[in-house]
Amino acid sequence: MADDSLSARAGTSPATLDRERQVTDAELLRRADWIRLQTVELIAQAGLGHYSSTFSCAEIVATLYYHTLRLRPGEPDWADRDRFLLGKGHVATGLWPVLADLGYYPHSWLKQFGKVGSPLNDHPNMKLAHGIDFSSGSLGHNLSVGTGMALAGRLSGRDYRTFVLTGDGELQEGQVWEAAMAAGHYKLGNLVAIVDANGFSGSGPTSQAMNIEPLPDRFTAFGWLVREVDGHDVGALRATFDTLPDTSSEQPVCVIARTRKGHGVDMMEKQPQAWHLGLLTPEQQADVIAEITARMELAAGTAQ
Amino acid sequence: MATKKMVDVFSDIDRDTALKANPSGYAITELAAEDDRIVTLTADLSNVLAEFRKAFPERYIELGIAETNSVSLAAGMASCGFRPYIFSMAPFGVLKTAEQLRTDADYNHLPVRLVGRLSGLAMGYFGTSHYAVEDLAIARMMANTTVVAPADPNAVLGIMRATADLDGPVYIRIAEATDPVYDEVPEFAHGQWPRLREGHDITLAGHGMGVGLAVGAAKVLQDEHGIGADVYDAAYIKPFDEAAIVATASRTGKVLTIEDHIEIGGLGSIVAETVGRHKLAVDLMQAALPDKDLEVGVPAELYEYYGLTVPGVVAKALELMKR
Repeated sequence: MADDSLSARAGTSPATLDRERQVTDAELLRRADWIRLQTVELIAQAGLGHYSSTFSCAEIVATLYYHTLRLRPGEPDWADRDRFLLGKGHVATGLWPVLADLGYYPHSWLKQFGKVGSPLNDHPNMKLAHGIDFSSGSLGHNLSVGTGMALAGRLSGRDYRTFVLTGDGELQEGQVWEAAMAAGHYKLGNLVAIVDANGFSGSGPTSQAMNIEPLPDRFTAFGWLVREVDGHDVGALRATFDTLPDTSSEQPVCVIARTRKGHGVDMMEKQPQAWHLGLLTPEQQADVIAEITARMELAAGTAQ
Repeated sequence: MATKKMVDVFSDIDRDTALKANPSGYAITELAAEDDRIVTLTADLSNVLAEFRKAFPERYIELGIAETNSVSLAAGMASCGFRPYIFSMAPFGVLKTAEQLRTDADYNHLPVRLVGRLSGLAMGYFGTSHYAVEDLAIARMMANTTVVAPADPNAVLGIMRATADLDGPVYIRIAEATDPVYDEVPEFAHGQWPRLREGHDITLAGHGMGVGLAVGAAKVLQDEHGIGADVYDAAYIKPFDEAAIVATASRTGKVLTIEDHIEIGGLGSIVAETVGRHKLAVDLMQAALPDKDLEVGVPAELYEYYGLTVPGVVAKALELMKR
């Protein structure tokens, strides 16, 4: 796709990407692997990055952006768009190629990733890049922010949904539970928290550092409707998002997505911690790209 | 000198004296009538919003004792077009939530307003956990945040009007023990300090309760000592009035700052940094709180103890004049 400027886009009438867009499971899986490949390339360019945390939510991000969210990339501030907040902001690397692909900014921006002055960085900044509904980086904030957006939706009579993707380690932050309490109290059925429950935080297994389970019981106790799902099963994710209660319903929804940190790359699945933050050697990178590419080609062949 | 007892701080609002008794609560109700983007949030401080809640019940959001959530949540609402005013006790509203204010409101340039009630030593009797004496130093470090500290009830209304349309965050520091300074609601120009009295011997500049003390001290200095004080209401802590500082410091050569804030990082620092930048040879002195463990007591007695009274300010001014 040719690079084109945002100003040129502004001249065209903005198209809406509706909820529940037609897409096959195979296409979503291919898109998740494409996110992985793009992430590997961007991290190589920047010199350091969060691989395994990005890979654990690749299917979730793919399903949301290519099926679930109601968006208008040509009008990024459209008041009725569904909101998506990347609570676990350290995986923004996986989001940048998606937003470029959907037309929020030119692909050429990706070439600046990680450089001084680039609008795209390791964590997302809403002031710099279209498509970012809120900045993140400090864990524990975005469920509060999303609760505010959901309250704003109620007050303004708009039917947008607000999705907040959190890590499971992030749930150790006390502010998350202040937000969970408020969302339950205000009966915000237009708010969806998705927990990327990959079982690891920066230094080791999440519940070894501080137990966060049983997550379903905890969110239920705070007044949330809880759905537990395999976070790599795009069919299950799609079905879960397609059957969310109406935005006017009276319970916030928590989707606990059970995932594997480093999913989709064998060496990272085996050593998820080692690849929380790092840089592949050129040889390792070639192996990783070959592994993902082979899977994509095999899937394409099977589909034919 | 106000001799307000602790019980008065939380007393019910007499409608006839709503502005005087609860200036920020009165002001927000007036502003909200003209701007339907305004919502209010509190972390268990609903009593200061009794009028607002009655007038606009759907635009009031109680968040319980959860200040950090309040700030991030307000930032989320602000990103959706609302103008949230968080009413909070200053020590918990600013110190506890400094990172949320910085990361969610300030970095994102969002119009979140924090109204810090009971600032300084206003909750003295409750102990040092309830002091907000570092708040201005923290708030003014934030690049996109406007920081204001009005002098009296009329100034609260004036400055809340003056900052209502700003597109970035605002911290409004409410002083409780203020002597009346303004007979009418003043009009503030962004970042400018009203000059309340003209003199050529010494400059007195204060914010919040310090303004009334400056005005009172200036009268004593003139009447009893023949000293002419140049008096400023340093209502804007950020942006501050650099031109006023340079002009008055050049005129008098002696500047006494008055504030119920630690001597580091507040108005005293602002003046020192400014005269240093401009290479002005100026004698500086502060009537402020010391950079050490503070005592506990009812506010009026604490103000006596720390010299934040008219006689205390006069004594400092005379000391500065002798240098």
